[in-house]
Amino acid sequence: MNKLKLLTVSALFTIILIIGNPVKLHANDEPLSDPQKEQIARNLMKEIRCLVCQNQSIEDSNADLAKDLRRIVREQINNNRSPEQTKAYLVARYGDWVLLKPPVNTGTFLLWASPFIIILPGFWLLFRRSQSATSAPQELTSAEKEQLNTIIKADAEIDDEQETRR
Amino acid sequence: MQRFFPLLIVIFLVILFAYMLRDGRNPSEIKNIHVGEAIPQFSLTDISNTREISDQTILNEKTPILVNFFASWCVPCRAEHDNLMALANTHNIRILGIAYKDQPEDSRAFLEELGNPFYKYGGDINGSVGFEWGVTGVPETFLIDSNGRVQYHHYGPIVGDALHTKILPQLKNLSQ
Repeated sequence: MNKLKLLTVSALFTIILIIGNPVKLHANDEPLSDPQKEQIARNLMKEIRCLVCQNQSIEDSNADLAKDLRRIVREQINNNRSPEQTKAYLVARYGDWVLLKPPVNTGTFLLWASPFIIILPGFWLLFRRSQSATSAPQELTSAEKEQLNTIIKADAEIDDEQETRR
Repeated sequence: MQRFFPLLIVIFLVILFAYMLRDGRNPSEIKNIHVGEAIPQFSLTDISNTREISDQTILNEKTPILVNFFASWCVPCRAEHDNLMALANTHNIRILGIAYKDQPEDSRAFLEELGNPFYKYGGDINGSVGFEWGVTGVPETFLIDSNGRVQYHHYGPIVGDALHTKILPQLKNLSQ
């Protein structure tokens, strides 16, 4: 009974998640009349940073500036500018920071290379450490071998004695 | 040598963090890419019965001037207003005011209440001039040299010691 309830609830939840996630439109936003252009504009908005909210796209944000930028993106797309041209238009005013995914250029090269710059010396250290670890342990001298043998023998004898007592 | 490796990393990080925490650095500051570039083209809505104000107005100036984006609805703008008045009256700096996304009558009332530090001001009612300048909010202030290039961008209000440690030294640099 309980299981059935749980199943129904989760099924309902899934359905809501699937159909209940419509392409939302911000209040006071006017979509473009051409649905194809609107779709292009919408996709582009996901790549544009809302500068005053820092880690949100203008698609996600309710900030005033995001609203203005959405209007500008729609205008540009409506005037048959390509998404790339629209991006360049925004970058000319706000810099690369306006793009959520920064382009690779001389200014951002260090940013993109930084993971490798940090990881490579780590690998080098690991490599050096593994090299020194693989050097095989030294062989025992004959005196040491003998000593070891007597210890093992003595140990075995004690074990035997204990066995027979039981 | 290898034993000191972790210590070296820690020392490096301590220096890095101390450097990043130094005075006067605002981590939420949004850098303006127009610094070092020529001012963008724009023209303002007439809200003060002046003749048209545009980029040409600034280019005609033979001395460095400040461009200040403000709005009557902007609380930090009130905080920096005294410093703008001091710049205009005590230091004789020309400040061009741009009322960002503000109704003309509201901007006028704001200046009537607090005093007018601007030698000229105009309206940017829909924010398109702010967009051309890469402004993300108000207040923001730009220092323009006599060749019409942006030399300095001040993000947020000019409060505290910002007038004496940032704006005035920048102006002094330019007049030399």
